Amino acid sequence: MAAPTRHRHRWRRRLGALARFIGALALVGGIYTGFAPGIYADEPDKEFEKLAAEGKELYDNSCVSCHGPKAEGVDGRGPSLIGVGGAAVEFQVNSGRMPMARQEAQAERKQPMFTPKEAEALAAYIQQLGGGPEGVTDEEIDALTGDLSDTEIAEGGELFRVNCGSCHGFATGGGALSSGKYAPALEGVASDEIYEAMLTGPQNMPVFANAQLTPEEKVEVIAYIEYLNEDRDPGGPLTLGRFGPSTEGLAIFLVGITTLAVATLWIAGKS
Amino acid sequence: MKRRKFDMKQLPGKVGNELDDRFKLASPARKLMTKVFPDHWSFLLGEIALFSFIVLLLTGTFLALFFEPSMVEVKYDGVYTPLKGMEMSKAYESTLHISFEVRGGLVIRQMHHWAALLFVAALLVHMGRVFFSGAFRKPRETNWIIGCVLFILAFFEGLLGYSIPDDGLSGTGLRIMSGITESIPLIGTWAHNALFGGEYPGEVIVTRFYILHVLLVPGILLALIGIHVGLVFAQKHSQWPGPGRTEHNVVGFRMFPNYVSKQGGFFMLVFAVIALMGGLFQINPIWLFGPYEASVVSSASQPDFYVLFLEGLVRLFPAWEFTIFGYMVPAVFWPAVIGMGVAFTVPIFYPFIERRFTKDKAHHNLLERPRDNPTRTAVGAMVTSIFLVTTISGANDVIADQFNISLNAMTWAGRIGIVVVPVITYYVTHRICLGLQQHDREVLSHGIETGILRRDANGRFYEVHQPLAAPDEHGHTELEYNGWVVPKKMNRVGALAPAVKGFFKPIEEDTNGEKRAIESSDDKKEVGAGRH
Repeated sequence: MAAPTRHRHRWRRRLGALARFIGALALVGGIYTGFAPGIYADEPDKEFEKLAAEGKELYDNSCVSCHGPKAEGVDGRGPSLIGVGGAAVEFQVNSGRMPMARQEAQAERKQPMFTPKEAEALAAYIQQLGGGPEGVTDEEIDALTGDLSDTEIAEGGELFRVNCGSCHGFATGGGALSSGKYAPALEGVASDEIYEAMLTGPQNMPVFANAQLTPEEKVEVIAYIEYLNEDRDPGGPLTLGRFGPSTEGLAIFLVGITTLAVATLWIAGKS
Repeated sequence: MKRRKFDMKQLPGKVGNELDDRFKLASPARKLMTKVFPDHWSFLLGEIALFSFIVLLLTGTFLALFFEPSMVEVKYDGVYTPLKGMEMSKAYESTLHISFEVRGGLVIRQMHHWAALLFVAALLVHMGRVFFSGAFRKPRETNWIIGCVLFILAFFEGLLGYSIPDDGLSGTGLRIMSGITESIPLIGTWAHNALFGGEYPGEVIVTRFYILHVLLVPGILLALIGIHVGLVFAQKHSQWPGPGRTEHNVVGFRMFPNYVSKQGGFFMLVFAVIALMGGLFQINPIWLFGPYEASVVSSASQPDFYVLFLEGLVRLFPAWEFTIFGYMVPAVFWPAVIGMGVAFTVPIFYPFIERRFTKDKAHHNLLERPRDNPTRTAVGAMVTSIFLVTTISGANDVIADQFNISLNAMTWAGRIGIVVVPVITYYVTHRICLGLQQHDREVLSHGIETGILRRDANGRFYEVHQPLAAPDEHGHTELEYNGWVVPKKMNRVGALAPAVKGFFKPIEEDTNGEKRAIESSDDKKEVGAGRH
């Protein structure tokens, strides 16, 4: 009886080893699964990839002729979009600048061709290609600008005059740059677009990265711009476009001198 | 007690007598009140300047009660939210205080600025009238020179006023003034340091400019305006030629009551226009410019319109720098200093320049219509065109931005324009003057075009002309060309009753139009006298 007993023992011993091995594997695997940033944790990425795929489709239809099939840019037509980030895409598309109507000195603001949702998809595609600063939403900025103190708005004004006024003008009315380029007026521009513009430096605008203007400072600048654009003209209903002395000079001749010249005719005529 | 009878009717006479007994006023007052002024709309342009100067003195006095010309740094604690807690000079702070906290302060500040622009604009228009009518000729050269000096003073007075609020825009302007001063060879740096009390911006410039702006320059302006108007009285006003008007008389209205009431009414109108603009049109919104800092320069930083031509010259002039004896003369010296010098001195000498060419040494109390001196008119139009091209170029960035034109294209258009436009303007103006003269002469010799077409027995069409005098056997009239309005519409000489008179509405009801048609010789005289 010894032999079968021994046999049974060896079999049992082997079975036990297998169980221990499986147990160890399960333990290690379990620990690994528990700690490792496993592929299963990226569940939202599925959605992002879906969005990016939608974006690629839009891109291939509307952007590819100028920015190239892999967004690497086409010489003389459009720059490379690798690394520009979703913020740049959302700014350009939501403000209607992209797609451009024609090749000219500068893309101008117009009726957007894509819905904000489509712009988001395009942004996701470009973001996926090369990273870069991501877009923000209007609500996010408005929530931040809403509860700024007077001093913070004043600081925003100071920052605006130092950093922005030299192109956009003292009263956000915009101004000319060389060779047909210009700094656009900021009236009626959504706050998220201003934020994205500062972040990405579209066209001729310099980039105001977070190291130059912190996000808090950017929000202060936006708050100041919004303050100015809320029709605050204590000097009278006719602002003459807030262009400064050039339109004032025009007004004194068109209104003042003309009215009084007619008055001289009237007075000298009554004789 | 017997009550003394008080006769109201005798009161003015009595008061006059009492005054005359003491001050000997009757004779000079009669002379003044019976003085005759010719009546023409173009003679009222100078008054716009005079009246806006009075408004400037009134509003300026109000502002001076609240303005503090000091560059001491303070922290803003006023009502204007977006400047709360900002560091700024006392001058800027007090200007904000005037604008937002002083009752009526902003409207008075705006009126002051509009009155300043109107003052200089009216000076220019008035100078144009005097120039184009030849009123500066002997014996009135002195008054022309005084007028030119008044313009130069007004120019600097405006510049000083623009600088003292110490806002971002005025500081930028001041920086340009400092640069222009420094660009003068040899004395530039010294002049600059003397003016600013050291390096720009220093701590005294606002205080210095303030005293110049409120005391010295207005004082000289006031004195010169007194002499200017006094000379018009002493030399008598020039008049347009016309029937009954000679070099030795003045045809017009007496000072009292006619002229005085018109002038009083006109002052009210000028005041009204300034007040209206001060209340409706926003001007110089200093709260938007912010306090001055050297690092803050806004786009579209322009001077007031009368300085814009210099700004334009600087923008158009190429960046040529010369080194003479090892000293560099900056490019800005030529357009700014030389340009300003030419713009200010050539007009002063113009009466003598013209006399040198025409050799005309006679007295002139009768004016010349622009068309009757084509060369002078063409020169004037040419200078005006240069002024316009440079002024437009001074604002070329605003124009480029608003009309979607390339700024570079604007600059080059200005560079080409400043060479080509004056030449074309000269030629075209000269031709237009000759053409107008010729048409006048044609009417004098052939009569007025009636617009009535006739066809004779041969089938030929011709227009009927109404001769101004009895024609000779060729249908020509020999009327002398005397440099005054020639009637060009048929009804003005009596084929029809003249339209009801008055600029906006008739002074009286036109009851006897029929009768007037018959007595039409009267109308002819009235037109000839140019009282329209």
